Amino acid sequence: MLIGQLAVRLQGLLGGVVFPAWDSRTTEDFYAAAASAMSRVQVPCHIKGAVALQVGDVRTVQGRPGVLVIDVTFPTAGPFELQEITFKNYYTAFLSIRVRQVGSPNQSSNKWITCLRDYCLMPNPHNEEGAQDYVSLYKHQMLCDMDKVLELRLILRQPSPLWLNFTLEELQFFQHGPQSPSSAFTKWLSHPAPYEQPALLLQQALPDPDKVSSEVQQMWMLTEMIRANRTTARIGRFDVSCPAASALSSLALIWP
Amino acid sequence: MLQEEEDLSLTIAHIVQKLKGSRLYSQLERQAWVSLQKPEIKLESLKEDIKEFFKISGWEKKLQNAVYSELTVFPLPRHPAAPPEHLKEPLVYMRKAQGSWEKRILKSLNSMCTELSIPLARKRPVVEQKELLNKWNEMGTDEPDLSLFRPVYAPKDFLEVLINLRNPNYENGDHLNLKTHLGLIQVPLKVKYISELKEFFIELSLNTGQLGIDDATQVPPELFENEHVRLGQKVLAEQDSAAAQQYIRQGSPTALRAELWALILNVSNQPEDLLYYEQLKSNVIQHDLLVDSLIYKDVKLTASNDDYYFVFEDYLYQVLLCFSRDTSVLGHFAYNSASPPKSYIRGVIPFHGFSMYVAPLCFLYHEPSKLYQIFREMYVRFFFRLHSISSHPSGIVSLCLLFETLLQTHLPQLFYHLREIGAQPLRISFKWMVRAFSGYLATDQLLLLWDRILGYNSLEILAVLAAAVFAFRAVNLMEVTSLAAAEAVLADLSTLKVMPLLQIFLFATIT
Repeated sequence: MLIGQLAVRLQGLLGGVVFPAWDSRTTEDFYAAAASAMSRVQVPCHIKGAVALQVGDVRTVQGRPGVLVIDVTFPTAGPFELQEITFKNYYTAFLSIRVRQVGSPNQSSNKWITCLRDYCLMPNPHNEEGAQDYVSLYKHQMLCDMDKVLELRLILRQPSPLWLNFTLEELQFFQHGPQSPSSAFTKWLSHPAPYEQPALLLQQALPDPDKVSSEVQQMWMLTEMIRANRTTARIGRFDVSCPAASALSSLALIWP
Repeated sequence: MLQEEEDLSLTIAHIVQKLKGSRLYSQLERQAWVSLQKPEIKLESLKEDIKEFFKISGWEKKLQNAVYSELTVFPLPRHPAAPPEHLKEPLVYMRKAQGSWEKRILKSLNSMCTELSIPLARKRPVVEQKELLNKWNEMGTDEPDLSLFRPVYAPKDFLEVLINLRNPNYENGDHLNLKTHLGLIQVPLKVKYISELKEFFIELSLNTGQLGIDDATQVPPELFENEHVRLGQKVLAEQDSAAAQQYIRQGSPTALRAELWALILNVSNQPEDLLYYEQLKSNVIQHDLLVDSLIYKDVKLTASNDDYYFVFEDYLYQVLLCFSRDTSVLGHFAYNSASPPKSYIRGVIPFHGFSMYVAPLCFLYHEPSKLYQIFREMYVRFFFRLHSISSHPSGIVSLCLLFETLLQTHLPQLFYHLREIGAQPLRISFKWMVRAFSGYLATDQLLLLWDRILGYNSLEILAVLAAAVFAFRAVNLMEVTSLAAAEAVLADLSTLKVMPLLQIFLFATIT
């Protein structure tokens, strides 16, 4: 499947008509574009220091605590819809998250609900695997809806006694941003084009594909000629006759 | 689901981005243009017809091989927030250790430079250039004065660095606890257990035919060998990289090995490659680098003294001198925990024994430009991991830990005995693993071993073989009383047969 989709993409590139921006797009641009297409906005938060949970007196009991709790509040932002949490792991083996949301009007107090239970960050707590990885957690991985988040409580567990410290670093929380007009871009991201699309669009009132492709071929020849006779003089704006321009734009629709 | 689809799209975009700059892309474009003149290609179904044409003419196969090669070699971008150093090496303390090791090497090189007052690079005078061009095919006859040069570092120096590698967040106390490492390596990396190794190396099991075992003279060839050779020829006819990689796990017939390796490494002999090699050669002729003298010294010390490889001395110079000037090698530093020195020497600094990576390849390829490309691909896929500090499962640190863990788990008495007499097993087997056993095994056995490295795309088999060798000579080793005696028992590996050892250790040892 991967190969098939790749062939589709490459042949789209060969056409050179669609997505001219691919020439200069780097991986970072792609991520930024994806991010903006997914439109997430960072929510400013206040992260309280980690509190170790230990049985007995902290000063006299030997051995390291295996459970840490980090409280996160959002004093400036009101109740928001949580989209994504990103962080850098530092030797935490399991993560649980509890959330306190704005409850329904007939409830007197807001209750804490567990939205993520024992998410495994390190497959083997004694080994280094996954110990310093960057992780993203999304809304759809949570056990409950995250519509009106007030506070979060992150419960970190590291059962292995071999590590001196463990924590999560670079915690960031994101919510949905304003919907960007490039939602078509998002759709392309998540749903690689099926072959039925061209037939569907043709049924709407669009110019005849044969005519369009012959016009495009002429345009192609022209650009090849120009490329062959490349001069340093500026060409200036290319005044294109209307049918060809609309043909170009409709071709962009037909070839996904 | 959404996450997987997003990951897939990102993967596709990443690979497309990589392939766009390659020769294959322009070739495909040219082919598409050419195909427009064919009568089968109709305007209404342009896309489908071109795709069909690619499938029939074999170009789709080439594209598949290129994609497979990209997937195998380059790790995919993991997380948008992760900085590029994280892709090279996720663990911070290992990055730091690699950085300080590199500083040490560079300092040593610089001090050697100032001591001998030799410039790092100089342009050759025209007379010298002509002379070198004439002597290009017989540089071995040159006898420059190299007595003042010494190798920048040897494997045992590198071993000392690895022994002192510590995770600052790890309980490294003096008292023994449940996870004290009795071996030399003290970092808790993930290594495979023997059950995982058995699954990973399933094609080496007792009931699968192997070249190296089932092609012995006593075994009639109809049982396995003939069919395997026929299959190999079919794989080569199909020109499919992925199929070749799967096929070679059972070994490669000698006649087909050169082509199979070229197919797996996706190396083809294009005129552009020949041109690139000629360009590197002219760079060598025009400029003289300090690294060249180091390479000369290394070849004279190692390969020229070896019974099997001394005939290839000239080839080694032709390949290694060009390698030190090849800037395309710098591309692999994106996923190598090492970094090229920020100063004048852009590239890989050779150490003592570096030329042994090239020497066995000379048996397969006689054309210098093809030999060069194969070596370069092998280096950027595998060999660079053997001399840089990283947490990758095929990195040298993981291999050492895997070796020690296997030995400790399956030969505890031997391990304890060797430890007691001051002969830590890793001190003996490290030099084997760093050189991928080149120069220690007989050549045909070595090539069978390297077949499996290519087939499994992993160097873990080196650690397994090292443990298997110790298991084989366990009886003798139990009787020694010093490190020197232990080294003497394991000094000569040239009579060993690699595949039976591996099979017995993995599948026939009672655990």
